[in-house]
Amino acid sequence: MSTPEEPRFDLDALYRDSQVGETLDALDRELIGLVPVKTRVREIAALLLVERLRRTLGLGLDAGAPSLHMSFTGNPGTGKTTVALRMAALLHSLGYVRKGHLVAVTRDDLVGQYIGHTAPKTKEVLKKAMGGVLFIDEAYYLYRPENERDYGQEAIEILLQVMENHRDDLVVIFAGYKDRMERFFQSNPGLSSRIAHHIDFPDYSEAELYAIAQLMLDRMQYRLTDDAAQALREYIALRRTQPHFANARSVRNALDRARLRQAKRLFEGRGAPLSRDALMTIEAADLRASRVFGNGDAQ
Amino acid sequence: MRLTQGTFSYLPDLSDEQIGAQIEYCLKNGWAVSIEYTDDPHPRNSYWDMYGAPMFDLKDAAGIMGEVKSCRAAFPNHYVKVNAFDSTHGVESLRLSFIVNRPQDEPGFALDRTELAGRQIRYTTRAYATDKPEGSRY
Repeated sequence: MSTPEEPRFDLDALYRDSQVGETLDALDRELIGLVPVKTRVREIAALLLVERLRRTLGLGLDAGAPSLHMSFTGNPGTGKTTVALRMAALLHSLGYVRKGHLVAVTRDDLVGQYIGHTAPKTKEVLKKAMGGVLFIDEAYYLYRPENERDYGQEAIEILLQVMENHRDDLVVIFAGYKDRMERFFQSNPGLSSRIAHHIDFPDYSEAELYAIAQLMLDRMQYRLTDDAAQALREYIALRRTQPHFANARSVRNALDRARLRQAKRLFEGRGAPLSRDALMTIEAADLRASRVFGNGDAQ
Repeated sequence: MRLTQGTFSYLPDLSDEQIGAQIEYCLKNGWAVSIEYTDDPHPRNSYWDMYGAPMFDLKDAAGIMGEVKSCRAAFPNHYVKVNAFDSTHGVESLRLSFIVNRPQDEPGFALDRTELAGRQIRYTTRAYATDKPEGSRY
């Protein structure tokens, strides 16, 4: 029942029109685990949808564009860059950014090598990111307290200014390992307070890593024999305890090496015609040859 | 006398919103946009000064509008134009060029007549502004 004084608005229609649902579903489907991240992304999506409804329907409700600068912290391979890409697409479908492209940079792209070099360099990157998302990977390298003549501080100041004045032109995402990012924000309190969303990416559990591996294999059109699946589970459990473990990235590298060994195995056994199945199948031996199992890479 | 040169020269001055839309069109076509300024309004003066480097690989007009505004702030009484360069092989020239800022007062041009032998006359246009040295013309 709607009365003239109290019109009702259809949030659902807006949701369907904006194709946000598709992006969010894809996020759920293609990214395993990451529950806190997905929750926050959904919250942001909801906020922007409601904000759009408040603004577009001429209700005179305008709280101004919310600040959406973010920081993604987490161990290597937890999906920070992947989520940033999705975030750009999501913000675009919500109409928050105009173009929805992602510009990924590191310190080298922002900081110059001599006096007067940094400002133009940073500004050029910022201009390229306008209308989209600027993703600064390993952001803590921008600030080097041990060198007082370091130009990183200059880049940070320009970033701050643009983050404040061009809020509706671009979204800045800072990413890096958790402890170092915390130290970086402590030494740059102005930066920390301008970032509305601090999102922490948790490490994956073994089951999640296995699910990720399955997803990657599906995408590459490979499959595992039952033995190989068991070997992969054991591999993940072992690899997690070893140094330089980089979550999903380690899994991807392991799969890439398994593909290599599979190719070698097929090549050495050539002569007999190969079936489509054989080309798709990774066997336990392909995985068990890894140095993680303690037998070294040599066969 | 209002100076007319480049694209849209016979239209009234574009608003910032319209300039932004034109730049958006340039970017959509993959042209590199640059900003130039001068205080020598002669139509044959093709060497304007560059304001910063041409901007390649941009996706959105906001960055260029920022540069336009800072150029206007630095040279409020100069002519400022926006150029769009098409680097496609075989084209490699400007596609679009329009004035986005002009001095408050534009004195215009004088017509000089030089008498030659046999009652011939040679005509030259000369901007009043260029009587003064560069930098103090407007």
